Amino acid sequence: MTETQTLERPVEAKTKFNLIDCDIHPSMKTPAEMHPYLSQRWRDHLATYGGHTRQGLSETLSHPRMVPEVSRVDSWPPAGGPPGSDLPFLREQHLDGLGIDIGVLVPLRFNASGQRHPDFAAAIATAINDWQVGKFLEPEPRLRGSIVATQEDPEKAVAEINRRSSDKRFVQILLPPRSIEPLGKRRHWPIFEAAVSHGLPISLHVGGVGGHQATGAGWPSYYIEEHHSQVQTMQSVIASLIFEGVFEHFPGLKISFVEGGFSWLPAFGWRMDKAWAAMRDEVPHVKRLPSEYLKKNVWFTTQPMEEPNPAKNLTDTLNWIGTDRLMFSTDYPHWDFDDPRYAFKVPLSAAEKTAIFAGNAVNFYGLN
Amino acid sequence: MNEMVRSLGNEPGLSTIGGIDCDLHPASPATTTLLSYLDDYWRETFIMRGVDRMSLAMTASPPRAPINVRSDWKAASGFAGDTLEAVRAQALDPFGTRLAICNVLHGSMIMHSDDMAAALCGAVNEWLAREWLDKEPRLRGSIIVSAQNAELAVAEIEKRAADSRFVQVMILAQNDEPLGRRRYWPIYEAAARNRLPLCIHAGGSNRHAPTATGWPSFFVEAYVAQASIFESQLLSLIAEGVFHKVPDLKVVFAESGFTWLPSFFWRADKTWRGVRAETPWVTEQPSDIVKRHVRFTLQPVEAPLETDALARTLDHIDCNDILLFSTDYPHAQFEGVNALSARFGETLAKKILIDNPLATYPRIAADFRKEAAR
Amino acid sequence: MARHVIAKVDELEVGKSKLVKVAGRDIALFNVKGEFFAIANRCPHEGADLCRGQVVGLAESDEPGKYRMTRHGELVRCPWHGWEFDIRTGKSWCDPARTRVKSFDVSVAKGGALAEGPYQAETFPVSIDEDYVIVEI
Ligand code: FES
Repeated sequence: MTETQTLERPVEAKTKFNLIDCDIHPSMKTPAEMHPYLSQRWRDHLATYGGHTRQGLSETLSHPRMVPEVSRVDSWPPAGGPPGSDLPFLREQHLDGLGIDIGVLVPLRFNASGQRHPDFAAAIATAINDWQVGKFLEPEPRLRGSIVATQEDPEKAVAEINRRSSDKRFVQILLPPRSIEPLGKRRHWPIFEAAVSHGLPISLHVGGVGGHQATGAGWPSYYIEEHHSQVQTMQSVIASLIFEGVFEHFPGLKISFVEGGFSWLPAFGWRMDKAWAAMRDEVPHVKRLPSEYLKKNVWFTTQPMEEPNPAKNLTDTLNWIGTDRLMFSTDYPHWDFDDPRYAFKVPLSAAEKTAIFAGNAVNFYGLN
Repeated sequence: MNEMVRSLGNEPGLSTIGGIDCDLHPASPATTTLLSYLDDYWRETFIMRGVDRMSLAMTASPPRAPINVRSDWKAASGFAGDTLEAVRAQALDPFGTRLAICNVLHGSMIMHSDDMAAALCGAVNEWLAREWLDKEPRLRGSIIVSAQNAELAVAEIEKRAADSRFVQVMILAQNDEPLGRRRYWPIYEAAARNRLPLCIHAGGSNRHAPTATGWPSFFVEAYVAQASIFESQLLSLIAEGVFHKVPDLKVVFAESGFTWLPSFFWRADKTWRGVRAETPWVTEQPSDIVKRHVRFTLQPVEAPLETDALARTLDHIDCNDILLFSTDYPHAQFEGVNALSARFGETLAKKILIDNPLATYPRIAADFRKEAAR
Repeated sequence: MARHVIAKVDELEVGKSKLVKVAGRDIALFNVKGEFFAIANRCPHEGADLCRGQVVGLAESDEPGKYRMTRHGELVRCPWHGWEFDIRTGKSWCDPARTRVKSFDVSVAKGGALAEGPYQAETFPVSIDEDYVIVEI
């Protein structure tokens, strides 16, 4: 079956929907932008040792991408600096350009949870959070922040969450899916407890440096594999949360999976259900079919959009997952960005549009 | 409770008479049983070291786990399929199976010593030939090899290929590195040279965590993760250009599940468009490569019974050639003899049972031709 | 069908591209080794500006591990998701039959010659001695 891929819809300057973007990546012009937010001790540490994470290369990602800074070629600010580092240009190109009402920042730089020095990791997390406030949240009311917390050190993570919880501009806790141990393990539960007690959702954005191979099959050679491996990583996080009983213990916990795709979710749920039916005696603390938790505790962002051929197959996926689970995201300024006007190649009802482009995020973050 | 049981697969099945079962597991041999199939060095040192009394069962496929032994097939030993009589009575006769491929899941494939692994794999293959294939004409075998040393694997393939009852080469899904990597290519070339598909069966070495997030606590979680490993392996084979380098290679994913395929296709095809310059030998979209080169054994069928999800998924896969009938005996994937769900429909069922296996396994097709000529 | 003067030849260097708006359309104009080509600017995928894409060669291979770069500067990679389009034809590399952008006929003419024909120079005055890029729409 084939289908012509053409864009015949008119160009509109602004979408008519209320639009919430759940994944915007802020950046810094130079690493020195962090200095005001770090003590002298950690500035010196940073200058001397740099990032010391659980992978081979210290300053870059394990697999080089196909474009500089993983970014859209047209997202480099005319005033200089890397994409996402210039607030006026971010406003002009992205927030104003697409008519985004609320944009949630997902800062990835410095990878706090991936840092092996536990005190440096915590200092970085705090600094990144202060930097979000100083550089973006103060001057731009449309932006919201993510509380970067050190997953590998739950005690310090909880302290950081407590410190930020009164600042309502922070709308979620940000953790990396790639960790030393799967997220559901009991040593991480204090983080869930803090999240629930503050009414904060948790967001898992692809990435992290847990020290394990990027796939269960080992280290892949190519970026195309590394890109796809984010799916399998998200799968393992979800399985861990469910089979460890996290959602039984914290029924109010809300978790979003960002940039890991979503079309794999139905089949993954079916697989979990079947395996659980055969072996539920191993995990008696899991009381329901695994797929039931998927309808209650987890959300997914839409980018990178799933693009079946023919496009209409996506409708089945949307029905299986439920359009109440999906939240629109652009991933700006990264290369696999989605444009809200053209991302969906299947028709959505008005109610579905409202839910996916804004309503679900309003519920997830508890906005208003 | 009712719902749970139904999720196991209690649903009407289609007739499987005359089918080719592409994934059947005789119980692994005890190590002592293998002694007579080892040369005198290995025999003597195994006795000296007590290896003959060791179980070489694998963490990734514990033979007594409920998913791996269906309760009504379990013998007093706690295993199933440990005698030829049991396999005949439980796995062959009730299904009307015409031929079945024995995939022995044995720790020989994951021993750290290259040489010990190769010696043990050789012994298991010999054991399979003598104690199963010689005695039951409906059985065929997979040549098990350890992927870690390609040279030794190739030697075993070349040696065993002379026995036409061995119809494919088998390795495990999780190894030291992703299976597309060049160190493994001699194995694929040897398989293709001998017109043997490469079967990649669920399971593995556990030499690294089975997920990118580390070690899951529970077996059920690790079992679920096997499908994720298969997805990574599938993309590795494609991206590294295995099918370009060895165009005659057919790969059979066994016990991988297949309902994850549409989502794999969508993402792999889309990403390929943007990054294909990184692997310029990949000149077709990944889904087309899969449809030409990769086959999937039927069990486990992972889709809810209550909806049309399976039908929709098959429609999304949009290829009737890729499923191969399997019971996955004695694993607990369905109830009774309903290995082939009525949801597949008669037309596809025939392809799954007979046509697709024949198109995949040249040696089985040759047997069929010979028999037809008689 | 009308012919539009869209650029001066010397304003677009080899390997560069430019967005021109003509007859209500956005057109990406490329200078490929001294030859000019014009394609529709909007990527058929999600609408990115192709004039902003990287101009690249064609990466090819005869077997895994062997790399060859040919047709230098003849493809544009969409600035977003990196699909490659042949600047000469507008066809995408991955799916040339179905995923393509419109390509327009381009020619070069002296300003003097332009004064004689039915040309439309919407955006700037034409002077007799210079060379101009003309697109037919
Ligand atoms: S918008 Fe051009 S490739 Fe997606």
